[in-house]
Formats: sequence, structure tokens, C-alpha cells
Amino acid sequence: MAQPIVELTDIVKSFGPVSVLKGVSLKVYPGKITALVGDNGAGKSTLIKGLAGVQPYDSGTVRFENNVVTLHNPREATALGIEVVYQDLALCDNLDIVHNLFLGREVTKNGQLDEDTMERRATETLAALSVRTVKSIRQHVASLSGGQRQTVAIARSVIWNSRVVILDEPTAALGVAQTEQVLKLVRRLADQGLAVVLISHNLNDVFEVADQVSVLYLGKIAAQLAVKDVTRNQVVELITSGRSGAQDLAPVGDTSASNEETATS
Amino acid sequence: MSATTHDLPEQGVAAAVRSYIGRTRGGDVGALPAVLSLIVLAAVFTVLRPSTFTNAFNFSNLLHQGAAVIVIAMGLVFVLLLGEIDLSAGFTAGTSAAVMGVVLTNHGWPWYASVLACILTGAVIGTCIGALVARLGIPSFVVTLAAFLGLQGVLLKLVGEGGTVPIRNDILLAINNDNMPVWAGWVLWAVVVGGFAVLSVRRAIRRRSHGLQAEDLSLVVAKSLVLAVLLGAATYFLSIERSRNPEVSSIKGVPQVVLVLLVLLVVLSFVLSRTSFGRHVYAVGGNAEAARRAGINVRRVKLICFVIGSSLAAIGGILIASRNNSISPNTGAADTLLYAVGAAVIGGTSLFGGKGRVLDAILGGLVIAVIINGMGLLNKPSSTVYMVTGFVLLVAASVDALSRRRAASTGNV
Ligand SMILES: Nc1ncnc2c1ncn2[C@@H]1O[C@H](COP(=O)(O)OP(=O)(O)OP(=O)(O)O)[C@@H](O)[C@H]1O
Ligand SMILES: [Mg+2]
Repeated sequence: MAQPIVELTDIVKSFGPVSVLKGVSLKVYPGKITALVGDNGAGKSTLIKGLAGVQPYDSGTVRFENNVVTLHNPREATALGIEVVYQDLALCDNLDIVHNLFLGREVTKNGQLDEDTMERRATETLAALSVRTVKSIRQHVASLSGGQRQTVAIARSVIWNSRVVILDEPTAALGVAQTEQVLKLVRRLADQGLAVVLISHNLNDVFEVADQVSVLYLGKIAAQLAVKDVTRNQVVELITSGRSGAQDLAPVGDTSASNEETATS
Repeated sequence: MSATTHDLPEQGVAAAVRSYIGRTRGGDVGALPAVLSLIVLAAVFTVLRPSTFTNAFNFSNLLHQGAAVIVIAMGLVFVLLLGEIDLSAGFTAGTSAAVMGVVLTNHGWPWYASVLACILTGAVIGTCIGALVARLGIPSFVVTLAAFLGLQGVLLKLVGEGGTVPIRNDILLAINNDNMPVWAGWVLWAVVVGGFAVLSVRRAIRRRSHGLQAEDLSLVVAKSLVLAVLLGAATYFLSIERSRNPEVSSIKGVPQVVLVLLVLLVVLSFVLSRTSFGRHVYAVGGNAEAARRAGINVRRVKLICFVIGSSLAAIGGILIASRNNSISPNTGAADTLLYAVGAAVIGGTSLFGGKGRVLDAILGGLVIAVIINGMGLLNKPSSTVYMVTGFVLLVAASVDALSRRRAASTGNV
């Protein structure tokens, strides 16, 4: 397989006495959708917040295109082209769609906001993502439906030349039709050559669009496998017990439980 | 997306009125309460005191009285936009003015250096408050309540128990007492109206050339006409001779302080609506965590807003000192802060953060000034004035809270 664009090795993160990530390793490939699954509280959101520079890791290495990088704040992550669509949508209700799309990265001309350029690019981006349900891009985000807000959040992550897009449960709050739309959108991103990380509790979604699946169990990756090589039941087993009955699977998972203490100390 | 290049609906007068009504009903009442209360209050006082309330002298008086509150309120808009509060703004005005008075009168500094010292004092106070709120995360309510007490002490120390520091500099006295020549008032009127029209037309042309929805020419003309008539009437009114015996000393023309207010309005509105920083202020007030994740330095934005707020309070202090010819332990005390908060909120700035404009301070400040002035003419005792003003502030805050609820239910935050 091609070189991974992002490679995490031995990531550790704890909140006070609670150790959430105990040596996580993950590879993300361009043009592929890597699904990240695991039970509630497994540490999925914590893992990606570190990658976004929002909440730095305690230790471990992050490689971006084979170079070791440190991510202390969101700007360093976005400078590399890493974009995150958060589980709790990070949009400002009191601003309109255009303002939200360019938040923190406003286009300026002579020190003034260049509203025209931003509005035009926002229109183009939404059109490129085949978004047709939004009435006016000058309406406040507060007036949008859940799916529309999700669309805005995704558009926000691709409006710049992003390389890696991470989506934290993008379909959790959506109906059937809107889920379908968002998944198509996600697939299109990968087909355009972006590396996509998709966090989801819905295995239907995972099996529908993902190329790879990584299972997070008790702060470790139990397995990272190609979706076509696993069955749904095996993934469920990995999520719930960190191991699967199949012999050829889960070499990582086998050691996770017994090594727990050495990893945290 | 309906906003493709070919089916752009032009924004004509009718469409604009319709969209305004729609927004108002959706809970985005904007400046409507302030404008309505201005009309109602003016009508009531005119009926009760037909000759004194409406005469030109009283109108200019009203502007002089309201100017300081308006400027302090402009600063509070920045703080309120964050969802924070500055209870010390009144005493920041008083303390900064006292510093100015001391270096000017007691140490013989030139007026411009004294003004600079005044504004710097405000900036330093704002930096301290902002640092405590943004860095340490102490609620602004507590920090500024402490500053409210502390600065009251500093002011007393500077001025001396029961003492006053007189202001004798002609330029400083002129700022909030003298008027422009009549012709200058009309030039100002022409510049404001013309500037508004030209900028609106240029904006519409530019947007249309970029294939974006733009204001129709008829709408620009209509807005400019309304502005021209309103400001024209005010200018005409202020150009009337208002001296009792004009042979001795003539008093007419637009007060100079109006120019100060206009410059601040334009500059600060530009900062809030046309710069990245301004956009970040709204974002922090709307959803601080989202702003942080978008890479905005939330602490820095907060700090700067407090510095702007206190610096403007200092400018407000200059206007009070100019009006009173002196600084006393009461400069900026008592009701100044409440009037300023009231002005911002009555004008339409939300106490919940994320919503507000600099213009709100002017509209709300005028409402406050009309109340104080009108009650004074009715010879109402201070007790009544306080109660009425407190009531008006409560009404404004209720309108704010209710429109916010309404906006949340209709998705128009
Ligand atoms: N800021 C924090 N302070 C303390 N503990 C935290 C913090 N953030 C997360 N945690 C803890 O870390 C663990 C992992 O949380 P995380 O949000 O990463 O889980 P998740 O896998 O995303 O779960 P879900 O599927 O429910 O979104 C949880 O036990 C949570 O309580
Ligand atoms: Mg999560």
C-alpha cells in the first residue's frame, strides 16, 4: 500500500488519573477512508482532538508525510492541511454560513474583510459538494437543520486545500436520507485524493464507505484491517472484547489487556 | 443553492421592507425598540413641556448630556459582545479624567499630552481587567466589581476628599461645550449623507460585478433620502440661534462633540464589521469553543476588547470633565455606568453576547438622554428619574431576553 500521510505511534493521553489513550498507533492513507470505531468513551474523540491540535497528547509521535511534527494549536494542524469536523459541531450560531466557513481564516484585502471573495468561494464550495438544500448562504447557522449544519461543517473542512479530513460521528444525528448524502460526500472527498478518518458507531456506515477499519479498545488499537477482509461480527467482537475469534486477526488486541499496566506506568 | 449567478433577486425597497418585517417577527428586533422609545418619549415630553422640551437649546443640551454616556456605551458594546460585563467603566472614566486633570492643571502638561495620559490610563486599566478575565478566567462580573471599588478609591485619592480639579484649557472645554460654525454643520451633513450614498452605490456595483446579490439602486436612494432628511432636520434645528440675547453672545450650530461621536462611530463600526478582529469578537461571543477550534486566539480577543472598552470609557471621562469644567469624586460615579449599560442594551446590544453594533450605543444613549433631560424639565425629583431609568433598563433587558428566546425558537439568533 502507498505511504501513509499521517502516522501515529504510541500516543498516550490521560486526564489526571484517568488514562484514556495508552499507546495508540494509527496509519491514515491518502485517497482512503479509515474508519475509527470503538465503544463510548473508548477515546476516539480524544485521539482526534490531539491530531487537530486542540488538546495536545502527553507523549507519542505524530508523523506527517514521514516527518515528525508537533501539534500544539489548531493553526499548526490546519497549516498541514488537517481538518476536523467535530462531534459537537464547532459552529457559531450568531454568524452566517459564509462567516462560519471562513472563521479564523478570513480572506482580507488591504486589511479589510473581502466579503465578496468569501461569498463566491463559499457558493462554489457548496456547489462542488452538490449541496442544494441551503436557501441562502447569508442565513444564520442557527436556522439550519442538523443535516445542513453538518454539511456546513464538512464544507468548512474542505474549503482550504486540506489533505486530511477527520469526521467525528458525522451522521449520528441525521435521518436516513441525510446520512446517505453525507456518506456520499465523504466518499467523494476520498475519491478526490484526500485522506479521510471517519469515526462512527454505525457499522452500516463503516461497511458502506470505509476502506479500512481501526478498532479502539481500552485505550489501544485492537486491530487495523481492510474492510473487505472482515465481517461485521468480527468488528463487533473487537469493539466489545478487544479480540476476535478469527486466528489471523487482532495481533495487537491480544496483547492489549495484559500489557495495560506497563503501558500506563 | 438558489444563489446561482443568473437568478439573483435584486434587493429593492419592497423586498427590503418585507425582509425587515420578517426578521423583526423572527426575534431580531435590532434598533426598533430604541427608535420607538425615542419617538414615544419625545412625543410625551413635547406634549407635557411643549416650549422647553422642543426648543433648540434643549436639543443641543441633550446631545451634550448624552455624549459621555454614549462613548462609554460604545466601549461597553465590545465587552458585551463577548458576553462579559464591565461594571467599572464609570469609574474608569472618572479615574482617567482625574489623571488628565492632575497632569494638565497641577503639572502644566499641554492638553494633548494630558489627553494621551487619560486614554493610556484607560488602556492600562483595561489591560489589567482583561488579563484577569482572559488569563486567569475570573468572571468579569467579579473582576470589574473589584475594579469599581478600587478605582473609586483611586479617584478619591487623585482628586482629594471633597476636592475638585478644575479644567481651564480652552480646547478641552470646547469639546463638549462649544458648537461648530453653522456652515461646518452643513458640510458635515453633506459629507455623512454623501459618504453613505457613495459607499452604498459602490458596494452594490461591486457585488453585482462579482455576480452576488446586491441592493437595488432604489433601495440605496431611499435609505440615503431618509438619512438626509433626518440628519438635515437635526442640523437645521441646531443651526437656529439659541442664545437669549444673540447680540452679546451667539449660540448656534452643531455641537463639536457630534463630530467626536461620528468619528468614533465610523472607526469602531469599521473595526467590528470589516476586519478579521471584529469577526472574531462576534465568534468568541457566539461560541468561544468553536472560535478556539477555528484557531482564533480567544484570550487575545478578550483582552483587546477590554482594552478598547476602558479606553473609550476614558474618552467618555474627557467629555464629562469638559462638560463640568472640572473633575470631582463624583465624575463617572453613581448612575454613569448604569446609563451606559442601559444605552447599549436599549440600542439592541445583547447581554448574552454575540449580538450588537456600535450604533446601538448612540441610539440607546439618545433614549437615556431624553429621559434624563425630559424628567429634569418636568422638575421630577432624582428619585423619580432613578426609578424610571431603572424601569427602562429592565424593559430593555426583557426585550433582549424575549427576542433571544423568540430567535432561538425561529432559528434567527
Ligand atoms: N476534558 C476531559 N477531562 C476529563 N476526562 C475526559 C475529557 N475528555 C474526555 N475525557 C474522558 O476520556 C474518555 C474518552 O472520551 P472520548 O470523548 O475520547 O470518547 P469517545 O470514544 O469519543 O466516545 P463517544 O463514542 O461517546 O464519542 C472518557 O472516559 C471521557 O470521560
Ligand atoms: Mg466522541
